Amino acid sequence: MTSVTSDVTKNGTAKPKKVLFYRHSVAVRITHWLNVLCLSFLLMSGLQIFNAHPSLYWGQYGADALPDPSFISIGAVEDGDTIKGITRVGPLSLTTTGVLGASNEDGQLSPRAFPSWITIPSYQDLATGRRWHFFFAWFFVINGLVYLLHGLIAGHFKRDLVPTRDQLTPKHLAHEITEHARLRFPKGEEARHYNSLQKLAYVGVIFILLPLMVLTGLTMSPGFDAIFPWLLDVFGGRQSARTIHFISASLIVAFVIVHLVMVLVSGLWNNLRSMITGYYALKIEPEKETSK
Amino acid sequence: MSIDLTRRRFLIGSSVAATGLLTGCDALVESASVNDILQRAESLTMGAQRLLMSHQPLAREYTEADLSPVFKTNGTSQPDSEDYARLMENNFADWKLVVNGMVNTPLELSLTDLKAMPSRTQITRHDCVEGWSAIGKWTGVPLGLVLQKAGIAPGARYAVFYCADDYEQSLDGSGRYYESIDLVDAWHPQTILAYSMNGKDLEVAHGAPLRLRVERQLGYKHAKYVMRIELVDSFKGLWGGKGGFWEDRGYEWYAGI
Repeated sequence: MTSVTSDVTKNGTAKPKKVLFYRHSVAVRITHWLNVLCLSFLLMSGLQIFNAHPSLYWGQYGADALPDPSFISIGAVEDGDTIKGITRVGPLSLTTTGVLGASNEDGQLSPRAFPSWITIPSYQDLATGRRWHFFFAWFFVINGLVYLLHGLIAGHFKRDLVPTRDQLTPKHLAHEITEHARLRFPKGEEARHYNSLQKLAYVGVIFILLPLMVLTGLTMSPGFDAIFPWLLDVFGGRQSARTIHFISASLIVAFVIVHLVMVLVSGLWNNLRSMITGYYALKIEPEKETSK
Repeated sequence: MSIDLTRRRFLIGSSVAATGLLTGCDALVESASVNDILQRAESLTMGAQRLLMSHQPLAREYTEADLSPVFKTNGTSQPDSEDYARLMENNFADWKLVVNGMVNTPLELSLTDLKAMPSRTQITRHDCVEGWSAIGKWTGVPLGLVLQKAGIAPGARYAVFYCADDYEQSLDGSGRYYESIDLVDAWHPQTILAYSMNGKDLEVAHGAPLRLRVERQLGYKHAKYVMRIELVDSFKGLWGGKGGFWEDRGYEWYAGI
């Protein structure tokens, strides 16, 4: 327990005391930022690769030769003397001109699934996209292994990420969901530990989505399929693996958006500092402290 | 004049600023030293796969029920040279596969010669670098048998496949399709010179009269319209020097990924 002496202001009321505690180890901080770098380049180069064939299928095979049914496709159709972008998910068809299917490239509306501002390179170049993707895939895997080894050996997973039994009761979870929805976050001593929603989100990304990205990525490699053919059985085929790769990437993007919003609303500087220097500030109410 | 220039500079300046991040990324992409670093991952991938493949596993083989209803035609669907047209007219009766370079006995094999050799039939998945896949049934001569017949001279490291098609129109032949594989893949039992697809003679759209199948790599390695196989110790002197049409245009030589 951190000992805290409360400051007493001139008019006699106690003011919360700020306590810095060491939240993130150096290994977590370094691998976190390297992961940010890897995932950013993997996403942008991945969308470049997707643009080369912007349709997703289920099963062993799938190509844009009829009658292979794709259940997601992002394409462009002629619309008078211009084009419009169409995004199709199953039976649902949406006009998405400007963002998906057709968007500006060099000031001209061009057919491309994802827009140039989110692909690397900005113009269509599959070979370069692949070169960046595989480089950062290796970087990501090595960085991820360092993180996993550290997490296991240093006890980070057990201590900080695995939810406790009380954290998983329906009552507790319901309470945390309503608190989060109201943007009310744990304060004081409670903020020393991750809350259960945080733990579940981190565990889901670290142990499910990211490994799924690696495994479905490997399943798309014809060489790797010869080495580990069971990958094809696990994911139901190369094209299913490609689809799962896309869906888990989208879920990771959704996680990152929520993660960034949470960082912002729960104290941008405090969170950033803790991921850079390791130190996170808690505000301890002196009344609570003395009552204990 | 000077006003115009300033205005133009301003316009260029503001658009550069607006797309600053994009331009930054593209500048990185086009930097030669960045590319050199990124390209090292390719040897890492090949090294890792070859290490895990040292027992030479087969690519997954499927059943008739798994065949793609339509096998997508990709790349050249009809070579447009007069020589090819003449061969096609005669149903490739005058076509001969030349095997030369670093071999003990150079060969000239007709389709009939190839069909008289032991064959292998395999139902495999063709994975295009773009992302799609199609399953087809291929019958052909294992490349290893042809190489055995010719006898590989010491020092030979690669088999180069010269094709009949110009994938990119050019006057100087720089758009000619070609491919190369090393001897590890050349000796692999599933590496065949296919003359039949889905139980019929190979169609022109799929590479008639002969195409390479190298099942543990991506589609662009599977050269169509093969006219000549040359055994070499290096492909540095051919076209762009990277060992294949797409390789010369930035794609990986080792396409197991």
